[in-house]
Amino acid sequence: MGKKLLLEHINEPGIETFDVYRKKGGYASVEKALKTMTPDAVTEEVKRSGLRGRGGAGFPSGMKWSFIDKKSDKPRYLVCNADESEPGTFKDRYLMERLPHLLIEGMITSSFALGAKTSYIYIRGEYMYIVRILERAIDEAYANGFLGKNILGTDYSLDLYVHPGAGAYICGEETALLESLEGKRGNPRLKPPFPAIAGLYASPTVVNNVETIAAVVPIINMSGDEYAKIGVGKSTGTKLISASGHINKPGVYEIELGLPVEEFIFSEEYCGGVWKDRRLKAVVAGGSSVPILPTELILTTAKGEPRLMTYESLSDGGFATGTMLGSGGFIVMDETTDIVKNLYTFARFYHHESCGQCSPCREGTGWMEKILHRLHHGHGKKEDIDVLVDVAKKIEGNTICPLGDAAAWPVASAVRHFRKEFEAAAVEELLV
Amino acid sequence: MVFSPEALARANKIIARYPQGKQKSALLPLLHLAQSEFEGWLSPEVMDYVASLLSIKPIEVYEVATFYSMYNMKPVGKCLLEVCQTSSCWLRGSEEILEHIKNKLNIEVGETSADGMFTLKTVECLGSCGTAPMLQCGADFHENLTVEKVDELIEKLKKKNERSTYLKSLVNS
Repeated sequence: MGKKLLLEHINEPGIETFDVYRKKGGYASVEKALKTMTPDAVTEEVKRSGLRGRGGAGFPSGMKWSFIDKKSDKPRYLVCNADESEPGTFKDRYLMERLPHLLIEGMITSSFALGAKTSYIYIRGEYMYIVRILERAIDEAYANGFLGKNILGTDYSLDLYVHPGAGAYICGEETALLESLEGKRGNPRLKPPFPAIAGLYASPTVVNNVETIAAVVPIINMSGDEYAKIGVGKSTGTKLISASGHINKPGVYEIELGLPVEEFIFSEEYCGGVWKDRRLKAVVAGGSSVPILPTELILTTAKGEPRLMTYESLSDGGFATGTMLGSGGFIVMDETTDIVKNLYTFARFYHHESCGQCSPCREGTGWMEKILHRLHHGHGKKEDIDVLVDVAKKIEGNTICPLGDAAAWPVASAVRHFRKEFEAAAVEELLV
Repeated sequence: MVFSPEALARANKIIARYPQGKQKSALLPLLHLAQSEFEGWLSPEVMDYVASLLSIKPIEVYEVATFYSMYNMKPVGKCLLEVCQTSSCWLRGSEEILEHIKNKLNIEVGETSADGMFTLKTVECLGSCGTAPMLQCGADFHENLTVEKVDELIEKLKKKNERSTYLKSLVNS
C-alpha cells in the first residue's frame, strides 16, 4: 500500500463534518502556519516539497506563488480552480464531496502564505450539489474560528466564498476562469500580464487546482523536505488518479508518484485489470487532451523501460512515443474499442467547448469533428486522414490558450499510433 | 417579473460576496437563481430583470447567458435529462442509454415530450467517468446507469411531477 496523504481518512464516518475532521488531526496546518510561521516560510516549504500543479500543467506550485506581486497596493486573491472538466477526470469532485474540510484547510493555509484576505472557490456549475457541501463546511469553519476575523486569535483574517460556473470547459483555463468569475464570457486573456501581476479585478492573483491546494496541508504538516522524499525525481508526493473506462474497478486512487503503470492497471489494489477478461488496447493517461498510447507504449517506454506514473516517465519519448501525466484522468480501452469513434467523441467535445475567440481553434475543431464524423460513419476518404492531421497541426501553437493544443494532440497521436484503423474506416471514393 | 422575497434575499447575499463595484461577478450565480425561479429557462424579460439587479446593461447578460451551456435559452420540460456522451461514458454504454430514453419518451435530442414533462439533452463530460454511464437531472447525478435504472428514474420523476432545477433539488436534498 502506498502512502495516503490526502485520502487517508476518506472512509471515516462523518469526515465531512468539522468535528470528525478536526479529531482526525484536521486544521493542524492552519495552526502551525498562522501561529509559528511567516507567510514566506509557508511558501518556502511548498517550494521545497517540489509540488507541481495537479490540474494538468504540472508547473511548480511554490514558484507560481513566489511570482505574486507583493509591491502592489491592491488586494491579493487566491482562487481555487474547481472547474474540473477534463474528460476522464473526477478526482476533485471526489475530494470535495468527501473531504470538503481538507480543501478549506488548504485554502486557509495557502491564502495566509499569499497574503489573500478574500478567496474564492470557482466550481463548475454542474457540481452544484457540492456547492452545498462546501458551503456547509465553510459555515462550520467560520463557527469554529478558522475563517473570518482574527483567525485563531492572530492578526490574520480571511473570507472564503464558493462561486459556481455554468458549463464551460474553457473556464478551467485560469484566465478564462477569472473572466468568468468577473461575470463575463469565459474567453482566455492574452498573457502577459500573468494573473500573479494582474488577475482577478486586475489584482495579484494565484489560481490553483483543488488537489494542489489540498496537498499544501500534508506539506506544511510533514515539511516540504519530507514530502519531497516521496515519489521519484521531480515527481514528488502523491497524486490522485481518476481511473475509468474498461477496467474492473473504476474510481479515484491516491498513488505515490513512481508507481509502474502496469501495476496500476492490473493490480487488485488499483484498477483490477481490464474488464470482461479482455486484452488492453490503449490508454489515455492524463485526461482527454494528452496523446493516446497503445498497450506496448503505455506499459514500457520506447527504450524498453517500464513506464512509471511520473511526469517524466509518461512523457519519455516526447509525443512520438510518449504522453503526459496531465490531470491524472486515466481512461483504459479494451481490445474491442473503436479508436476512430473514440477520437470522434473527443473532437466533438473540443468543438463544443472552443470559446470561439481564435479562428484556428474555432474553425479547426469544427473541421476535425466533421471529418471524424464522416470517417466514423463510413463516408470518409483516405485523403481525409491527412487533412485531419494537417488541421490539427495548424491549430497547435496558434491560439491564445492551450485548448487548441489540447484538441490537436489526441488527433495527431491517434492517427500516429492507429493509422491502420483510420485507413480501414475510410473508403477509396465517396459512395453516391 | 420579480424574484420572490426569499430569492431576492438570496440574490443580495450572493452580491455581497464580491468587492464594492464588482457586483457583476454575481451574474453567473444570479442567472442560476433566475432559471430556477422562472420555469427553468432565461427569457429576455428574465435577463433584463437580472441586469437591473446588478445595474449592468442587458447586453452584458445576454452575451454571458448564451455562452454557458447550463443556461436554457428556450423553454424546457419540467425535467431536463442531460445524458453524458463523452469518451468514458461512451466506452461504458451511454449510446444505449440515450437510445433507450429516445424510444421510451418518443423524442429526439433537443426535444420535449408531448406532456411537457421531459426535455432530452446530450452533454459533454460531467466528471462522472468512474461511475459511467450517467445522466444529470436538476442537481442530481444518476450514475452507473442501466436501462432498468432509467425506467425507474423516469417513473419516479413522472410521479413526482415537479420541475427539477439545480437550486430546487438542492433545497430538497
